[in-house]
Amino acid sequence: MDYNTHTQADQQKMLKTIGVSSLKDLFIDIPDKYKLKKMLDLPPALSEQEISEFVTALSKKNHLPKMILTGAGAYHHYIPAVVGHVISRSEFYTAYTPYQAEISQGILQAIYEYQTMIANLTGMQVANASMYDGASSMAEAAVLCVKTSRRNKIIMAKSIHPEYRETVKTYVETHHCDVVEIGFSQTGQFNVSEIEKALDENTAAVLVQSPNFFGVIENIASIEKMVHEKGVSLIVGFTEATSLGILKPAGEMGADLVVGEGQSFGIPLSYGGPYLGILASTDKFLRKIPGRLSGATLDKEGKRGFILTLQAREQHIRRELATSNICSNEALCMLAAAVYLVSLGKNLKPLAELNLHKAHYLQKRLSELKGWELVFKGPYYNEFVMRCPDAKAVNQALEKHDIQGGYEIGKVYPELKNCLLLCATEMLKKEDIEYVVDVIKKI
Amino acid sequence: MPNELIFEKSRPGRKASSIPACDVPVVNLKEAIGDHLMRKDVPLPEVAEVDLIRHYVNLSRKNFGVDIGFYPLGSCTMKYNPKINEDMSRLPGFTGLHPYVSEKWAQGNLQLMYELEQSLCEIFGMAQFTLQPAAGAHGELTGVMVMRKYFEMKGEKRTKMLIPDAAHGTNPASSALCGFEAVTVRSNAEGGVDIDHLRELMTEEVVGLMLTNPNTLGLFERNIEAVAKIIHDKGGLLYCDGANSNAYMGITRPGDLGFDVIQLNLHKTFSTPHGCGGPGSGPVGVHKKLVDYLPIPRIIKKGDVFSMDYNYPHSIGRVKAFYGNFNVMVKAYTYIRALGAEGLKSATENAVLNANYIRVKLEPYYDLPYKRICMHECVFSGSRQVNESGVHTLDIAKRLLDYGFHPPTIYFPLIVSEAIMIEPTETESLETLDAFCEVMIKIAKEAKEDPELLHNAPLTTPVRRLDDVMAARQPNVRWTKE
Repeated sequence: MDYNTHTQADQQKMLKTIGVSSLKDLFIDIPDKYKLKKMLDLPPALSEQEISEFVTALSKKNHLPKMILTGAGAYHHYIPAVVGHVISRSEFYTAYTPYQAEISQGILQAIYEYQTMIANLTGMQVANASMYDGASSMAEAAVLCVKTSRRNKIIMAKSIHPEYRETVKTYVETHHCDVVEIGFSQTGQFNVSEIEKALDENTAAVLVQSPNFFGVIENIASIEKMVHEKGVSLIVGFTEATSLGILKPAGEMGADLVVGEGQSFGIPLSYGGPYLGILASTDKFLRKIPGRLSGATLDKEGKRGFILTLQAREQHIRRELATSNICSNEALCMLAAAVYLVSLGKNLKPLAELNLHKAHYLQKRLSELKGWELVFKGPYYNEFVMRCPDAKAVNQALEKHDIQGGYEIGKVYPELKNCLLLCATEMLKKEDIEYVVDVIKKI
Repeated sequence: MPNELIFEKSRPGRKASSIPACDVPVVNLKEAIGDHLMRKDVPLPEVAEVDLIRHYVNLSRKNFGVDIGFYPLGSCTMKYNPKINEDMSRLPGFTGLHPYVSEKWAQGNLQLMYELEQSLCEIFGMAQFTLQPAAGAHGELTGVMVMRKYFEMKGEKRTKMLIPDAAHGTNPASSALCGFEAVTVRSNAEGGVDIDHLRELMTEEVVGLMLTNPNTLGLFERNIEAVAKIIHDKGGLLYCDGANSNAYMGITRPGDLGFDVIQLNLHKTFSTPHGCGGPGSGPVGVHKKLVDYLPIPRIIKKGDVFSMDYNYPHSIGRVKAFYGNFNVMVKAYTYIRALGAEGLKSATENAVLNANYIRVKLEPYYDLPYKRICMHECVFSGSRQVNESGVHTLDIAKRLLDYGFHPPTIYFPLIVSEAIMIEPTETESLETLDAFCEVMIKIAKEAKEDPELLHNAPLTTPVRRLDDVMAARQPNVRWTKE
């Protein structure tokens, strides 16, 4: 199966027009010694039916559990039907980046609306058109602060998602930047006094996440003043975007940059990608933030239209002086998120509340079990950490009952041995929760 | 068509969704979270479902995609996106899997990723690929980080990266993000790397050369052997920007040509759609001496079992959370399985055939700065039109919109003034190419006879030319109620 269109007669006609006698003549610039002498060693070509059968069988080699109790940066939510219908419009999914504004008004307006919704939800003045994912968004925000402040130290809470912290470290390493990690207290929140101690005139940014990796909601306001007094930028991240439906926007608590993962907004789990990097900032960073921005303007007849703007920030204009090298982003995921947010509207709040109620009920029922206790006392949204007698045994038992258990958090935080990071979203019913408790009881 | 914003359509009390009833005891939110941590209002529009659908469907009608028409955007490889790819990527067994699911429940995914890596190794002649980077530029950054790590492990301090003047802007930006000084290498009269200049610049302070091959002029680097030797003789590494891989699949392999690192753009070469700018996927392939530095985790196969391996102490680390844009990988995998070796080769041959056909058909009407057989794309200059009638490349591009074609890439590469960069791809028919060429010829004629027509184009699009100066001087990137 291939997707070529030419008949042999077409090819001959075209070769004649070009003035060569064979297809081979078109490759004369490639030195003969480097031309492949045989066909590539790949599996044989398949018909569409065979591919469909083969790839479908491959998808069935996976197993979809009937229940998922893991969040940890990727969340199982219901996706309204409208999302799939809109992003399946091939006017959207087969288009390129909207460089030609006159025939890209559809996506440019959708980006502008998305930017508005994200800015409003995060309490910031500006949001860009998307980054690769939450982790790289956080990393680019850190690099932005390091580059613009000319300071070379960042302070990062250990309660941030471990893979986000790894990504930040990979990105800032090239800037000879010191990374100071801050521990957490018994509430599961960052240690304020440690941040205070670490802050100095050489600090470019403080990075925190709320809800953090433990699901605990941080008290951002408690560090805002000390951070800004030292001229340091405050970067606030999140991995569970639906929490924005209930939590106070980071922008109202003094964040300079808000970065997060938008997967919860209508994007399937898909084994970790593609997801949606959210990046929002105060006006101060408007001309410096990475990524595309759609701006409103007027056409020559005075009609409102939208265009990619402030491109002087970007790599194709600024080249080595650009603050970021990002070019392609996650536009179609952004579109999914925009449709999701319009669909949810004011319902984002009751949805978030539902998540919170389910998680608190799961936590309450598990706390009734012998040897189980909630580890952190801080307020939480839809995820929480529990200590139990044997985390591995619990997950194995759940797996036998077709349930993906909690995230074994001791793998990355040795001090949290035999602890599970558990998540409950609106997808979990009361009877599911009771079933989980029953399975664990029988261990 | 009206262009009301979704916010302007909002009416208090309308809803486009419903939330299930709560079946568990509710907690007191103020006690559970605290008033000081809660938001007051959710600032989102309120519309009915039918409003939502009409809003976005009408927006889609103001957008141009490959499924609507010819999209010869140079360097972007806007080939047709086969529909079976989409269907396969949306199979529930793929979309429903959590990234932290146990490996035994993800064997299908791991096998697909492993086999995709193997296929890419074969097609490009590299020892190992990582699929983690989310896009081409992300892959570039990863590739340059790998190069940086290689020298760090050797204990060599190298500070400069050589980049040809024809390169994509992402190349110098990626180098700079890795702390390297980008040094420009000149092109020679025939559009290749100026070998003497390269020799002069290549020292033991230089990490290597980031070369796009074929380059952004659509020309294959004839002196590739000499280029590779100059770089390698000084201990440097040769990086291949693989954005233009549609020009040689099945004909030659970057690994055989002496490249040590390559980043691909699955959303260009391997037919996965661009989605208005993403998601893409930017796998990075390396020579065996660089394998240890690739990001973690890596996929390994033991017997018939696939798993993730994190144990690579010299790895650069991670460039994003989880494992890459899996859904995009499914599409590329499906494409490779559909085409096989013969299909990939014939895709390349037809892509190159199409580009040369356009080159020859339009040469009498537009300046062709480099008169050579091209690869998958050809680059013209609008200089003749500027000199003869004051019509610029931008005007030509905008006029194409009136005739229903997406314009080529314009004003790039930077070394060609008034550049018009045309990449037809292999999936376009002779009739489409002829229709496009006829329109380009007609526009060349219009430029002579009625330049004002072109200055005013487009005339038929949902909006006319937009004021980009105003957009940048008074940025309005967020709607506020007046």
